[in-house]
Amino acid sequence: MDDKILLDAAHISHVFPLTKKIAVRAVDDVSFQIRKGEIFGLIGESGSGKSTIARCVMNLCRPDSGRILYRGIDIFDSKEFRANKSLLQKSRQIIFQDSNSSLNQRMKVCDIITEPMRISRMTPARGSYREEARTRMSHVGLDERYLDQYPSQLSGGQRQRVAIARALSAEPELLVADEPIASLDVPIQAQIANLFRRLQREHGFSVLFIGHDLAMARFLCDRIGVMVRGRMVESGPAGELFDDPRHPYTKALLSSIPIPDPIRERGRKVPEFREEEFSRDGEWEEISPQHFVLQQRRRGL
Amino acid sequence: MSNLLEIEHLSVSFFTPWGEVEAVRDVTVSLKKGEVLAIVGESGCGKSVLCKSIMKLLPRTAKIKSGRITVDGRDITGCGEREMCRLRGSLFSMIFQDPMTSLTPTIPVGAQIGEAVRAHHPRIGKAELSARVTELMTLVGIRDPQERGRQYPCHFSGGMRQRSVMAIALASDPAILLADEPTTALDVTIQAQILDLLRDIQKKLGTATIFVTHDLGAVARVADRVAVMYAGKIVEIGTAEEIFYDPRHPYTWGLLKALPALTEGRDTLETLPGMPPVLCDLPKGDAFACRNPYALDIDYEEEPPMFAVTDTHYAATWLLDPRAPRITPPIGGRGDGR
Repeated sequence: MDDKILLDAAHISHVFPLTKKIAVRAVDDVSFQIRKGEIFGLIGESGSGKSTIARCVMNLCRPDSGRILYRGIDIFDSKEFRANKSLLQKSRQIIFQDSNSSLNQRMKVCDIITEPMRISRMTPARGSYREEARTRMSHVGLDERYLDQYPSQLSGGQRQRVAIARALSAEPELLVADEPIASLDVPIQAQIANLFRRLQREHGFSVLFIGHDLAMARFLCDRIGVMVRGRMVESGPAGELFDDPRHPYTKALLSSIPIPDPIRERGRKVPEFREEEFSRDGEWEEISPQHFVLQQRRRGL
Repeated sequence: MSNLLEIEHLSVSFFTPWGEVEAVRDVTVSLKKGEVLAIVGESGCGKSVLCKSIMKLLPRTAKIKSGRITVDGRDITGCGEREMCRLRGSLFSMIFQDPMTSLTPTIPVGAQIGEAVRAHHPRIGKAELSARVTELMTLVGIRDPQERGRQYPCHFSGGMRQRSVMAIALASDPAILLADEPTTALDVTIQAQILDLLRDIQKKLGTATIFVTHDLGAVARVADRVAVMYAGKIVEIGTAEEIFYDPRHPYTWGLLKALPALTEGRDTLETLPGMPPVLCDLPKGDAFACRNPYALDIDYEEEPPMFAVTDTHYAATWLLDPRAPRITPPIGGRGDGR
């Protein structure tokens, strides 16, 4: 794997003010790096700030503090952003969770897929935009008879494929996938996950994969970061994190994956993670190369 | 044990401008007292419609074409709306998928649970009512019930909301609880808690439960018996052990193989090719044949009947016919090296 760092997020925090007094710390001092050609997974329960990070990485939302460097460009510095605008916008693409609302209901599939190319004024390598859309559709395993259909005529799995094809049409270097398979059926989930793996190998882009299905994250990701209430508590290579989880939350999360085996599953106790035990402050400690854990500070120290 | 609920040869169709959609086709299933039956299948296979036809909550375009639904020895197929109103809640109640939309946002949670209690006991006293609400909230594991009961649904997390919905469903001691994907919208950690709660309550109250889901992991945790549905039909039914350790239908094999939990360390996930069929224009023969890698010639001609594997285990596939070629299932077998 190429060890070049594509995206470097350092100490980003984001606070959503609810009222004058109450504020939600959606993201709290999170740092991570994504290398070239790597799939980095972010997992955690809903409301733990995963999607806010995705939005920050895509410039859709500005963190209150911290810095994100994409290929050495500070994406929140307006001067640098303007100078590299077309590069930044073309090479980062996002897939949203809900394919139903992220596709324009009044556009045909072929127009949806090629819209990023039109916007970034790419010349279609295959003659026409329509031809380009056809190739993209064959990449994601969609039949070309859907070219002139509208999103409402497609099923959930097909719509998600259109969203993937659209994101890939600009040939991005970084793909942000915000729970791309959460709303699909199990066999279709497996199809989309395979598709993701295959496309990622063929095109070699990096992926920030956000999800809450742990088994799927293990299958897809090279490295995984675990989030709880805005903090990243553990990060490391996928295999190591699953075999040797260190943080109590990661342990609780991993053991709550249901096993499709009735006798073993019924006898299993799921340890409960008490929120009271979790304190926001702590220090990062490297346990083994690349494997970091947020160590709780002991009381009285 | 006698059967609490019996469904015999039930067929439900939707009559749309584009033709008849056969959502449930010739389903025969029974539920014993205190048993958890899981119905598994992809979206659009008719599992929710089956639930709703038991509750008689079908939209006007749907019609029960044939078949009989018997609850506790009483035929309810021909019951009118007024009679059904009395049965709903006392005989059966339902938990829906989305805990965000099944509670009213402008009424405190305790009052909503109270409303369900009062619907079945109109003459209940104030003190008695609040005692019953507290009891129900404790039963579903909500801490500090009196204080929490005064709060609104927006103050509750997803898991807590689903617990409140369960409290409402249990308000009048139903004999059958229908849970339509109760954990799909929740986080994994909360999912396990809700499943355990479902199992706990079922043990404590002896409520028979029909659990509709597409998550086979969840099924393994709670179900006694499992029915696998495909294109409106039950293709395999048996005890949980039989379905997980000795599945016979190719569709069940496909479902089990697609789980990432079973593909540790493998490069790709096994998938079922193609998409589920559209229910308004079903092909001749077995609806699963075109996605079935083990399809025989007869699959394209004639629908397979239910073959009995054991007394409790049935599967609808021609592979079980004595004339069919022997095929080693790609999955199954007790303790397959894991």
